[in-house]
Amino acid sequence: MSQTNPAATSMTAGLFEGATRKVRSLADEEIAVTVENLDLYYGDSQALKQITMQIPAKRVTAFIGPSGCGKSTLLRCFNRMNDLVDSCRIEGAINLHGENIYRRGADVAELRRRVGMVFQKPNPFPKTIYENVAYGLRLQGVKNKRVLDEVVERSIKSVGLWDEVKDRLQSNAFGLSGGQQQRLVIARAIAIEPEVILLDEPTSALDPISTAKIEELVEELKQQYTIMIVTHNMQQAARVSDYTAYMYLGELIEYADTMHLFTNPSQKATEDYITGRYG
Amino acid sequence: MENKRIGGHYSHRYDAELEEVVNRVLAMGGLVEAQLSNALQAFIDGDSQIAQEVTENDTRVNTFEVTIDERCVEILARRQPAALDLRLIVAVIKTITDLERIGDLAVAVARMAQRQAEGDRPRKQVFRDIETMGNRVISMLAGALDAFARMDAASAVSVVKQDFAIDSDHEAIMRQNVTYMMEDPRNISRLLDISHAVRALERVGDHARNMCEYTIYFVKGRDVRHIDLSEMEAIVHDKAPANE
Repeated sequence: MSQTNPAATSMTAGLFEGATRKVRSLADEEIAVTVENLDLYYGDSQALKQITMQIPAKRVTAFIGPSGCGKSTLLRCFNRMNDLVDSCRIEGAINLHGENIYRRGADVAELRRRVGMVFQKPNPFPKTIYENVAYGLRLQGVKNKRVLDEVVERSIKSVGLWDEVKDRLQSNAFGLSGGQQQRLVIARAIAIEPEVILLDEPTSALDPISTAKIEELVEELKQQYTIMIVTHNMQQAARVSDYTAYMYLGELIEYADTMHLFTNPSQKATEDYITGRYG
Repeated sequence: MENKRIGGHYSHRYDAELEEVVNRVLAMGGLVEAQLSNALQAFIDGDSQIAQEVTENDTRVNTFEVTIDERCVEILARRQPAALDLRLIVAVIKTITDLERIGDLAVAVARMAQRQAEGDRPRKQVFRDIETMGNRVISMLAGALDAFARMDAASAVSVVKQDFAIDSDHEAIMRQNVTYMMEDPRNISRLLDISHAVRALERVGDHARNMCEYTIYFVKGRDVRHIDLSEMEAIVHDKAPANE
């Protein structure tokens, strides 16, 4: 009986004796996107002030903050959605793998292929489920049915929707539930193999079960993609993200490892916000 | 108790819930402190009546532990606390476990007191040393509770230092007991009881130290368990690197 059971020893080594969790640091990450001194103005009012940050590749970065803090505005900068607003003026740079996306002559259509976006309200096209997912490829000129079939199936499978829709790929996408539509939209985004996926409050219109499915999906997608998510739900940020940025009045107040930010934030303003206190 | 660290939520109800938990911990702490001091008195004076009361009062300590835990679970479920609120709840849940253990140790001392009261009493010197040690332990527990009440990491770390004196008291009394046992083996069983009581007091010091560590965790957001005193002081006085 004095002999140690080797199986028990190896088991406990893995389970109990591991080091305490190390606080993540951007210094150890591959960086996908850098933001440098970004200022954004809507007419005369400044919506983003001197934002400088690095977004790690294949990680989930969450943006939190009260309404009007600039988090959605910042998210939209990453695929130049703000270009569509007439009075919007941007200074500074955003580099996607070292290339400034705001440089003169940048191909915005190509940028939006590389940086996909999903919105608060699911926005499938008024087409069939199949055509929704195939749409991006068709735009790129892909006509080969076999290729299209393959990508559609793979994309829908990777958002966990395949079993629910495989028998009605030719039905209108509007027939799906809100949660299914949102996953379909994500499938549409990943069908064209982007590098970055932007999620702007992707679950705020969904019920808790659909929300849980999307969160689970985010966890899987980060194996392949760099993900940024804007959310009003702080618990969601705490659940799904690796890094969290807290913004207030257009400024980046604190940007840190998510667990660190939610257990021991460095800034009083962050603490007041995440604990529901008035500052 | 109006506490700036606890209050200030948009939800006043939330403030009230956290304050209530803290107040209950302090009430439980007060009870445990009284239990310990009564047990010590019973032991020194050989008063089996007081010892009996300590034993009976232990259920009140246990009830405190259960109800405070219940409140904490409710807050976790309803509020999903974050940052310092989360650390407060974690600190409370752990603190009351140590308080409850101190309550049990007070009962152990009280039981020894009852047995001591039944027979001849050993020499005075033994009790004088135990009284000195016991008072140190009581003062350390009071200090730990005070640091928690004031949410004061600096005073928590100074309370931790008191544990060293208690440990050396413990060692000295044990050594002395062994000498007495060798002098006259008829004393052995009685002195073993005394050794158990002294050991219990020493354990109270360890639990009080744990409580101080939870207070430091709550205030500073840093886990200071199982590190040496100098490192702990550096963290408390913000001289340590921000995070490992």
